[in-house]
Amino acid sequence: MAEKRAAGLFDLRGVLALLFAVYGFVLTVLGVAFTTQADLDKAAGVNVNLWMGLGMLAVALLFALWVRLRPLTVPEGEQPEQSERDA
Amino acid sequence: MVVGVHLLADADLRLDAAPIDYVLLGVYFVVVLGIGALARRSVSSSLDFFLSGRSLPAWVTGLAFISANLGAVEIFGMTANGAQYGIPTMHYYWIGAIPAMVFLGLVMMPFYYGSKVRSVPEFLLRRFGKFAHLVNGLSFAAAQVLIAGVNLFALATVVNLLLGWPLWLSVVVAAVIVLAYTSLGGLKAAVYNEVMQFFVIVAMMLPLTFVGLHKVGGWDGLVAKITAASPGTASEQLNSWPGMNLTGIGNATLSVLGIVFGLGFVLSFGYWTTNFAEVQRAMSAKSMSAARRTPLIGAYPKTFIALIIIIPGMIAAVLVPELAAFKQGQDTGVTYNNAILLLIRDLLPNGMLGIAITGLLAAFMAGMAANVSSFNTVFTYDLWQAYVRKDKPDEYYLKVGRVVTALGCLVAIGTAFIASNFTNIMDYLQTLFGFFNAPLFATFLLGMFWKRMTPLAGGLGLIAGTASAITVDVLNRNDVLHLAGQGASFVAASAAFVVDIAVSVLVSLVTRPKPDSELVGLVWSLTPRDQLRHDDTGENAGWYRKPGVLAAGVLVVTLALNIVFW
Repeated sequence: MAEKRAAGLFDLRGVLALLFAVYGFVLTVLGVAFTTQADLDKAAGVNVNLWMGLGMLAVALLFALWVRLRPLTVPEGEQPEQSERDA
Repeated sequence: MVVGVHLLADADLRLDAAPIDYVLLGVYFVVVLGIGALARRSVSSSLDFFLSGRSLPAWVTGLAFISANLGAVEIFGMTANGAQYGIPTMHYYWIGAIPAMVFLGLVMMPFYYGSKVRSVPEFLLRRFGKFAHLVNGLSFAAAQVLIAGVNLFALATVVNLLLGWPLWLSVVVAAVIVLAYTSLGGLKAAVYNEVMQFFVIVAMMLPLTFVGLHKVGGWDGLVAKITAASPGTASEQLNSWPGMNLTGIGNATLSVLGIVFGLGFVLSFGYWTTNFAEVQRAMSAKSMSAARRTPLIGAYPKTFIALIIIIPGMIAAVLVPELAAFKQGQDTGVTYNNAILLLIRDLLPNGMLGIAITGLLAAFMAGMAANVSSFNTVFTYDLWQAYVRKDKPDEYYLKVGRVVTALGCLVAIGTAFIASNFTNIMDYLQTLFGFFNAPLFATFLLGMFWKRMTPLAGGLGLIAGTASAITVDVLNRNDVLHLAGQGASFVAASAAFVVDIAVSVLVSLVTRPKPDSELVGLVWSLTPRDQLRHDDTGENAGWYRKPGVLAAGVLVVTLALNIVFW
């Protein structure tokens, strides 16, 4: 059942956590250090990168927590899937 | 002179991407292709490839369910509608999608999942036999490659604006990327990417909505600006009912009827309950319970996505000078379809811009992948396996699936150029759905609840229904009927529904039905109740996982939003 093990290694929530951690980090840095007056004027004074960056870091954290609290387990009931495949 | 104006406008549409934006875009595509490669490891049978081995959890299939539809259709089409018509566009969600998704989860899913069919046309095969099956299999395959072309064209437009690549090159490159991950990882890769894309789209739309509102002075500011810009039609744009600007029907009562029956009951129910590109996501869930929860879980984000898609469209129409001028009837080289791009250009700084571009590209790619991954399933199981090469080993069909995926992408490249001739993509898509989905819904409804309906009625009803939708469309295009806006597709869908039912009933009365024994699991009155019920123990336990509770919750929320935006 190599198939099952492969599914276990590959948790979508982890991928999402990673993606938003990277995005959040980059945006926060841009927001803090590289925001120009022109950027601020565009958005009527809102630092879009900073806020979205912090938001994405929070989302990444939530996904990571979810993985931590409810880790992916190999389902015990593999029987139904097998019978469906035969049908 | 005219040429000069257009060149200027094209230059203005260009998004000023910096290197950091390309880096963020690159990160996404590395992850997408990585998922394709990883998912390939779990593909060992044709069922793995086409239905992800029926193994996915409900939250994944639920988000994929709405993401499969969150392609060019919604992002460009619904913001365009928001910019042009305003609040009445919400009907597409709150009268259309949500009730239909609830109906799918509560009523229809038990038949789909319980009968173990692998596709929507296969259900028709079991219920009505080969005639209806072939009609639907062929029309669905044709519709999917057409719509894949629309998504591909939208994608190419963005790449063209962003990188300045010629349209044809953008079309080909985008098709190759979609092909790479769908033919590697099958439905699982497509579904996982849809879920990722969902979150990136939300990340793109949220700042557009909130920063946009902030810039126009909040909701009150938006109302004031719309009223000032178009005093005559402002109240139509700011109230959801009777939505006469959306339907193009001059009478308020008929307009409401058109929205409730045409858009709500026929068009949306038809689309959300029988369109295999959507239903396939639910079929790939790991249990009956998860399959029923798929559309119900999807309905919650769907309810709120209406707000962050339509409101930015409305904001764009007052905030972006070119679009505001276009709305006043001037030729500024932009159209409503550009609303979202213009808003991104005017509001987002580099960084967030890169993520917005990523979201757009991801959405159109995922939309196209949904079309391609449902097309290859129907083509392989319902056309090739059923009529051309029967009884081959499973590996053979897995191979066919991969080849057909490539062919589907090739044809989509062709249809992308058809789509380029339509100004409002949404009109084009609605027309297509009217032709294929509305009669299909009528046939399903009658077939599931009336055991007397005969195989011949199934096939003839579909043909008559589609033919009448095409007739209404042709009459309208040739000015015999006068329906502006999107009313024409509502009327075409309604005609298709009514004609389908009428023809099916008449034909059923003079032909022989299938024996009851062959209809168990396919018709309501002949299916033992416990076969439609699902296991509610273990990981399917808990009151919050009950389909009835989920459905009631989302209906209450939708009703509340309907009242707020009355």
